[in-house]
Amino acid sequence: MAASGTDRMVVVPKQNYHMHRVRNKTSDLLYSIFRYALVIGISFIILYPLFLKVSVAFKDKQDIYNPTIYMIPQHFTLDNIRLAAQVMDYLPLLANTLLFVTITTLLTAISCALAGYGFARFSFPGSNVLFVLVILTILVPTSTLMVPMYLHFRSFDFMGIIQLFTGKNGINLLNTYWPSMITAATAGGLKAGLFIYIFRQFFKGMPKEIEEAALIDGAGGFKTFARIMLPNAISPLITVILFSFVWQYNDTFYSALFMSESPLISLKVASLPAQANQLIPQLMGFGSNSGIKADPNYVAMIVDTGILLAIAPLIILYLFVQRYFVESIERSGVVG
Amino acid sequence: MRTIRLSLKSRRALLGLAFISPWLVGFIFLFATPLLQSIRFSLSNLSVAPGGYVLDFVGFKNFKDALLVDATFNRILVDSVGAMLLNVPMILFFSLFTATLLNQKFRGRTMARAIFFLPVILASSAVAAAESAGLINLMGDASAVDAAADGGASFNVVSIVRMLADVGLPMAYVDYIVEAIMRIYEIISSSGVQILIFLAALQSVPGSMYEVAKIEGATAYESFWKITFPMVSPLILTNVIYTIIDSFAGSPVTQAIYQTAFKTQNFGLSSAMSWLYTLVIGLVLIVVGWVLSRRVHYN
Repeated sequence: MAASGTDRMVVVPKQNYHMHRVRNKTSDLLYSIFRYALVIGISFIILYPLFLKVSVAFKDKQDIYNPTIYMIPQHFTLDNIRLAAQVMDYLPLLANTLLFVTITTLLTAISCALAGYGFARFSFPGSNVLFVLVILTILVPTSTLMVPMYLHFRSFDFMGIIQLFTGKNGINLLNTYWPSMITAATAGGLKAGLFIYIFRQFFKGMPKEIEEAALIDGAGGFKTFARIMLPNAISPLITVILFSFVWQYNDTFYSALFMSESPLISLKVASLPAQANQLIPQLMGFGSNSGIKADPNYVAMIVDTGILLAIAPLIILYLFVQRYFVESIERSGVVG
Repeated sequence: MRTIRLSLKSRRALLGLAFISPWLVGFIFLFATPLLQSIRFSLSNLSVAPGGYVLDFVGFKNFKDALLVDATFNRILVDSVGAMLLNVPMILFFSLFTATLLNQKFRGRTMARAIFFLPVILASSAVAAAESAGLINLMGDASAVDAAADGGASFNVVSIVRMLADVGLPMAYVDYIVEAIMRIYEIISSSGVQILIFLAALQSVPGSMYEVAKIEGATAYESFWKITFPMVSPLILTNVIYTIIDSFAGSPVTQAIYQTAFKTQNFGLSSAMSWLYTLVIGLVLIVVGWVLSRRVHYN
């Protein structure tokens, strides 16, 4: 803290003063060594699996059985990456996933910001009860809603409108992107309750005078929101967009439930080991019925490389935004 | 054109309703309705028919089946609630400790923060599944993986247990600490959000309080317990609740519920299981919230 220069202004007898200073210095030094040991240790635990995967990704097949190699491979190769990308059908898969995740993230951010603002600044009959219900949506486990949601989207029909016009039993939206889009647009997607809470806390903390000024200048409610409130809400927006993006990217629960056959990275990764086992002999030039099985160690290598390919976009994204990420949370008013 | 004259107050109310309307529609059709349906399903025998489903009311049979007939559900439920109760204090302790650490000024702090929050980005059940499957591939079957994991770490554990026991700690504590050390990666990777919440709380503690304490001659230890801890204590409750809810996501119970619904097509039993789970979690949340909220210091 800023007062560290004045901290020993206590009246100390002259002859003791030097000893105090020396003792303080050594204890400070010991503490900072201890702190670095801890920080570096924990960082190592976090980064080690990642380093291991990077090392495996560039390692040649013949290096697997060489016990003298630690981390840095002797024979560099890009074959693993090429093979893993082939098994996963990587580039189209990535493009598709990024498009899907970006759209759901934006929809979630918009709908949650609207709801958060509505709850923070307006009082209408039942507004407190409704906000308690927002909290309830955070608390109820998603598995409770799983079966009804599944059946609901299997024959989707909004208030019987489709049956009214066509006489059919609704449309099957499973294995399309609509279920996720609809839940995201209605602020009901992954952890949306938490996002609404974050936005509400932030908007509550903003001075009311801003809106009153806008009102006097003749701006309507939505214009005030879009032009004045939202541009000021950068930090909760970053928080929500990042969390929503990452959680959607990693999500297997909803994607497996609604679109088990869609090309999404999270689903592909989960089935990667089985696929690798099946495809590698073929890709290496053996027929599919030749009965030849790939070396399990090699399959494990490809699986690891595939996992690295799957998380690489997130890591790259994180490298760019981590500064804003930490700072925005500190200021976003997550703290009530 | 005729306009309806509304008072400012009711105009504001309507505007507010307009802002929350997307959420409200979603809540009614995609949360409340499924929630009620799920109760109905849990009390019925559901069979899927073309273009819909048929319900036969069976009363509490599904609940009885889940608890008394199903071979594993009992055990999985008790196990995962037990694991959660063990995990919550560990995660909480670790995240408060780490947040205090990261809140101090030292060279390389930005980088340390970036690394410590990496697990938030990378925590993915899909990756975890693929990793263990990759290992199984390598080892032949799952029990070999467990054995290998135990074997690899057993040497450290014995020495740690000896050391702690020599210090004179009761065995129960030793067990707990050793378990925490064994699962350090798991704990680190599931405490990212909690660290962020604590860090935000620590930033909001006014620095002048520490200065005053220092002038008064308080040690770092004293100022932690007298200033830092009371100031972040409201967030402990938040974090406990977040941690408990977060433990739903990949828990074996959720998987069992999913399997029952979509592998064995027993939707009624699955709904009953999920309601039992919800009730247990709700009970835990109420008890924990009640106990903690009496001890929390609000300013």
